[in-house]
Amino acid sequence: MRRIISILMENEPGALSRVVGLFSQRGYNIETLTVAPTEDPTLSRLTLTTYGDDRTIERITKHLNKLIEVVKLVDLSEGEHVEREIMLIKVKASGAQRAEVKRTVDIFRGQIVDVTSTVYVVQLTGTSDKLDAFIEAIGEAQVLEVVRSGVSGIARGEKTLSL
Amino acid sequence: MVEKLSGAEMVVRALQDEGVEYLFGYPGGAVLHIYDAIFQQPKDAENKVHHILVRHEQAATHAADGYARATGKPGVVLVTSGPGATNAVTGIATAYMDSIPLIVISGQVRSDWIGDDAFQETDMVGVCRPIVKHSFMVQRTEDIPEIMKKAFYIATTGRPGPVLIDIPKDKTAPHIKFPYDYPKTVKMRSYTPITKGHSGQTRKAVDELLKAKRPVIYAGGGIIMGEASEELTALARRLGYPVTNTLMGLGGFPATDELSIGMLGMHGTYEANMAMHNSDLILAAGARFDDRATNDASKFCPNAKVIHIDVDPATISKNVTADIPIVGPVKQVLSEMLSMLDEHPGKPDEKAIASWWEEINGWRQVHGLRYETGEMMKPQQVVQALYKATKGDAYVTSDVGQHQMFAAQYYHFDKPRRWINSGGLGTMGFGLPAAMGVQLAYPDAVVACVTGEGSIQMNIQELSTCMQYGLPIKIININNQALGMVKQWQDMQYGGRHSQSYMDSLPDFVKLTESYGHVGMRVDRIEDLDAAMEEAFALKDRLVFMDIYVDPTEHVYPMHIADGSMRDMWLNKTERT
Repeated sequence: MRRIISILMENEPGALSRVVGLFSQRGYNIETLTVAPTEDPTLSRLTLTTYGDDRTIERITKHLNKLIEVVKLVDLSEGEHVEREIMLIKVKASGAQRAEVKRTVDIFRGQIVDVTSTVYVVQLTGTSDKLDAFIEAIGEAQVLEVVRSGVSGIARGEKTLSL
Repeated sequence: MVEKLSGAEMVVRALQDEGVEYLFGYPGGAVLHIYDAIFQQPKDAENKVHHILVRHEQAATHAADGYARATGKPGVVLVTSGPGATNAVTGIATAYMDSIPLIVISGQVRSDWIGDDAFQETDMVGVCRPIVKHSFMVQRTEDIPEIMKKAFYIATTGRPGPVLIDIPKDKTAPHIKFPYDYPKTVKMRSYTPITKGHSGQTRKAVDELLKAKRPVIYAGGGIIMGEASEELTALARRLGYPVTNTLMGLGGFPATDELSIGMLGMHGTYEANMAMHNSDLILAAGARFDDRATNDASKFCPNAKVIHIDVDPATISKNVTADIPIVGPVKQVLSEMLSMLDEHPGKPDEKAIASWWEEINGWRQVHGLRYETGEMMKPQQVVQALYKATKGDAYVTSDVGQHQMFAAQYYHFDKPRRWINSGGLGTMGFGLPAAMGVQLAYPDAVVACVTGEGSIQMNIQELSTCMQYGLPIKIININNQALGMVKQWQDMQYGGRHSQSYMDSLPDFVKLTESYGHVGMRVDRIEDLDAAMEEAFALKDRLVFMDIYVDPTEHVYPMHIADGSMRDMWLNKTERT
C-alpha cells in the first residue's frame, strides 16, 4: 500500500542524509521525496511516499523516530489528508496538436507557462494520479521532458504536525 | 569569570568534566592540537585523563568498548582523520550492534579543505552513518562543550550506542579561544529517551505470567546494559520460572542457579531450546530475537504468547511479533512487575509449573553439554579448566568462533559484566583489546581472554600495549590450527571441503609473546592443563599467553539446523532431533 510519511526534523546539515540512508540501509524504497524549511527556520518538513504493508510501515516509522534529528512524524495516509504534487512538463505543440494540447491542459486545469512555436511548458498541480492521467492523455509520444516535485501533504481539519 | 580555552583544550576539559579516566587513541596530524592539550594537563591534576596508546585504532575502539562493557561507563576513543578514523570503523560497528556507549572523537582535515580530497581526508560522518547512534561534525569551536555534553548524553541514555564527533583541525587551533562553560544538563526536543514503561501493559503482562503453564524467561544483553540483573533474578525466583540467557545476556542471571537453563539459540543448550519451543509464554526482557537466537523466526515457538520489554521501540515486533509490548527501561519495568506481584491476588499455577519443570529436567538429561573425551585435549576441557582455575570469578573476554561458543557454554557466569564478547557483529580481533579495557578499569581483577590462533592474530600487536601499561591479562589461546567455526560449517554443509579454513605457518606463540616481554606457555597434554593454568594465574602481575593445542576436529554442539525451529538441533556429529 502507498503511504505518505511526513517528518518534522531539525534543519541541520546531515539530517536529510540520515533519513535517506536509513531507507537504503534497511532495504526500503523511497518513491518520492520533498523537503524544505518550515515557517520556523530551525525545522524542516520532509514528505516522502513509500510502499509497504502495515508491518513494514511500522518498522520504518519506528526507525525514523529513532533518528536523533527527527522531532515528530506522521503517516498521513492513516487519516484524511490533502496531497499535492506539482509537475512541469514540456510537450510537443505544433500544427494540429497545438490546439489539442491546449484543450487537454484546460480540462486538467493546468497552465501553459512557456510557449515557443513548437513547444509548450505546462504546469500542473494535483494528486500524483491526476499528473499520471495527464501524461497518459497527452500521449507519451508528445512528451519531451517531465519534472515532478514529489508529494507534499497535510492532514485535514484541526490536526497539525508541529512542536 | 569564564575561562577561555582553545577547541583542543575544550575537548580535554570536557572529558575531565565527564569524569573520563581513560582515553584510548592514536595520534596523527589532524588531532595534534588535542594531543598537545592532553600533554599539557597538569601532572598532578586529580581529574586527569589518561591516554592509552594502542598499536592500531581498531584496538582503541575495542578497548574502550571492553571498558564500557565491564564498567557501564562510556568508553572514549581519539583517532586522527583518514586511515586513523577508518581503522576505528570495525570497532564502532561492533559497539553499535551490541548497544555499547562509546564516544569516538575523530580528527578531520581543516574545514576549508573538506571536500578537496585533502591528505588523510575521509567523510567519517558519512562512513559511520549506519553504525552510530548519532554523529556530530563540529562547525564552530564555541559549540564544542555543548556537542561533547550531547554526545555523552545520547551515548549513555535510552538504548546506548556509539556517538562520533568529527572535529576539523582548525577548530582545535591553540590560538583561537572561546569562553568554556560546560553545560550541566542538556535537553533536546528531538531526543527524549523513555524512562518508564506503560503500567497498563505491565499489569497485563503480570496477569499473563500468573496464568502461564509453560513459561520461559528469555533475558538478553539489555539486562546487563540496563543494570537489571537484580530485578530479573528476584522476579525469576519469586515466580520459580526457568530463565534462559542470550549470548549477550550471560551473567544477567546466575548460571549456577537451579532456575537457569543456560544459553539459548544456535549453540544453546538442548533444554533451553526445547523449553522455548514448547513454552506457552515467553517473557523477553532486553532481548532482540536475533536470528542466532530464534532460528527461523516464522517457526519460532508456535504456541507461545510473547511479552517483550525493551527500551527501544524499534526492537519490539521487529523479528517476532509481541503480544504484549512494553517499551521502557527493563530495570524499571521488572521492578514494577515485582511490586504488582506483591499486590496481585493470583499466584503461579504450582501444579502446572511443577510438571513443566519435570519436563525441562528430562530435557536436561538428554544432552547436558556432554562431549566425548579422547587422547587429544578438547577445547571444552580448556574452558572448564579455566573456570576451575579462576573459581568462576574472572572477567572473560572472547574473540569470535568455536572458542567463543565453548566459553559461553562452559564458563558459568554468575555476575553481570563478566562475559565480554562481540555478539552482534561477531568481530574477530575483539578479545585482546577488550581485555585491555577491562584490566585498566579493574587493575586487580583476574582478566582472561579466550581466543583462538585465528582471532588473536587479528590484533596481536596489542601485546605491545599490554607491556607498556603492565596489563597482566591471561590469554587462553585455544589452538586448533584451523578457523574452527568455518571448518565446522564446511564439515557439515560443504562435504568437508576446507576451503581456506586452516592456518598454515603459525608463529611460535611462546617466542612471539616472549619477544614482547611477556610470559609464553605451550600446553599439549590434558595431564598438564590444570597445573599450567595454576602456574599462569599465579603470575599475578604478568601477561601470560597460554598456547593450548586442542583436537582440531571438534565441533560445537548443540547446533541449530538452519531454517528450522528452536527444537531442530544437531546434538553431535551423527545425532539430530
